[in-house]
Amino acid sequence: MVPVATFRHITIGQYIPGESLLHRLDPRTKILVTLLLVVGLFFIDTYLGYGLAALYIALAIFRSGIPPRFLFRGLRPVIIIILLTFMLNSFMTEGEILWQWGFLTLTKEGLSKGGMLAIRLILLIVGTSILTLTTSPLALTDGLESLLRPGKRIGIPAHELAMMMTIALRFIPTLLEETEKIMKAQMARGADFESGNLLQRARSLLPLLVPLFVSAFRRADDLAVAMEARCYRGGEGRTKLKQLAFHTTDFLVLVGSSFFVLWLAFSM
Amino acid sequence: MMGNKDSFITVDKVSFSYTGESGAAEGTALDQVSLNIAAGEFVAIVGHNGSGKSTLAKHLNGLLLPTSGDVWVAGMNTKDEQHRWDIRQTVGMVFQNPDNQIVAATVEEDVAFGPENLGLPTELIRSRVDEALAVVGMSEYAEAPPHSLSGGQKQRVAIAGVIAMRPRCLVLDEPTAMLDPVGRREVMETISRLNEEEGITVVLITHFMDEAVKAHRVVVMDEGKIVQEGQPAAVFQEIDLLRELRLDVPPVIELASRLRAKSLALPEAILTVDEMVTALCQLRSEV
Ligand SMILES: Nc1ncnc2c1ncn2[C@@H]1O[C@H](COP(=O)(O)OP(=O)(O)O)[C@@H](O)[C@H]1O
Ligand SMILES: [Mg+2]
Repeated sequence: MVPVATFRHITIGQYIPGESLLHRLDPRTKILVTLLLVVGLFFIDTYLGYGLAALYIALAIFRSGIPPRFLFRGLRPVIIIILLTFMLNSFMTEGEILWQWGFLTLTKEGLSKGGMLAIRLILLIVGTSILTLTTSPLALTDGLESLLRPGKRIGIPAHELAMMMTIALRFIPTLLEETEKIMKAQMARGADFESGNLLQRARSLLPLLVPLFVSAFRRADDLAVAMEARCYRGGEGRTKLKQLAFHTTDFLVLVGSSFFVLWLAFSM
Repeated sequence: MMGNKDSFITVDKVSFSYTGESGAAEGTALDQVSLNIAAGEFVAIVGHNGSGKSTLAKHLNGLLLPTSGDVWVAGMNTKDEQHRWDIRQTVGMVFQNPDNQIVAATVEEDVAFGPENLGLPTELIRSRVDEALAVVGMSEYAEAPPHSLSGGQKQRVAIAGVIAMRPRCLVLDEPTAMLDPVGRREVMETISRLNEEEGITVVLITHFMDEAVKAHRVVVMDEGKIVQEGQPAAVFQEIDLLRELRLDVPPVIELASRLRAKSLALPEAILTVDEMVTALCQLRSEV
């Protein structure tokens, strides 16, 4: 019953509602600062620089009021990758040998480089998690649409992309529920999704996909008619229930963070 | 020609055929259908599967355009491009599957979808959303994700999404078909209230005869044609015709007809259990 039960617990965007300073910031501010931080982290190559960046992120976590365990939860699936990055770099970099066993040589330069890459990855993941933890998927969509709007002139379909994201967010739980229902129906008739090797399991999923696709297309058809009946005619002339508002706080946070991250990136 | 003067929606000799991939017509889904609906009226449309009910419904707000004939909504012809959005706003539509008509990931964002499409200012959208949610009794769920709601609640949200556009008419295509009895009752109460208190014209397509009985007028369809039309009391007396059209006869009406056959002097207008009880009690006191 394992795969059936697990579908329920998938949460998208893992947003945690709140009233903190970070929650109240304009999603565009948060998206821009996060982008800047992600790019900035690739330019930092001193431990002092990473320490300062970590301090900045810790301050953000503190102001968001989000329990730190939620941030570390985001790290769990990638812990192997982080460890692997650290090991590969520690053992594969040439330099002053600290320890040797067979063909494995641990070097001082490797340790330093591996450590730095691991920290960079951790900061990247924790930093972007703050964005998704404090911003509802809808606000995130609105923010992205607004930021992409100027790109319309060069052919970026901002509204359409945002509408696609909205509909995906709306329908993922419905489709998961449906998958669960079909799986149970087929299990009741003797289908087996849990035993066998990877190939056999993949093959047992095939009869699941066909009804799922058929129903997804049916839903898409229905939804298109329902949207048209409610006067949907694209992004032109459309208004929003929740208007994004860029406040003084947003301005201060954006300017302050930009200067700090740029300074870190270029001097550290 | 603008059809009948008192008529809010006029369907005038409408025929319609779906065209297949090749562009060839695939038989007639509607055959010379004429129907007048007055403002404030509550009309139920019943008929066997494939009788053309959904096709007719989609003509009432211009989702489909007649192959021949005309549909007029508040004096606007649905074929007139220029009135398309006015017509869609005037005649709101609710569909059978609540899951497939909710667009947004929270209840209030979904109810706002229609007003947003109309380009209303933000404050007005807010007040329309709050009002619409209050009318269907879903205010406390404003921020809930739709998938956490019951079927009846989802369908009320879908109704709110249409109400928020301030339509004068609501067309509901089997809105209770996928709901449990509790959900059905919630939705039917909401529809009755909208008709009685808000004066909204209601066209309800249903295959539950006990719902059709609540309408002012019942229209029976078969093979793309209107075969019977009248007040529920009159239409449901013709049990043989209903059977012939493969429609369920509400048990109360069936019982009344059998009792009458046993020469019990029951009045003609018995449609609900309550009416039956009253009639039987009266008979008893007369004895
Ligand atoms: N999208 C479509 N394409 C082709 N034929 C259709 C389509 N929708 C309905 N029909 C046909 O039109 C007729 C009327 O269908 P419909 O209006 O859906 O009936 P009802 O709602 O009463 O069940 C049926 O014969 C049906 O097969
Ligand atoms: Mg139908």
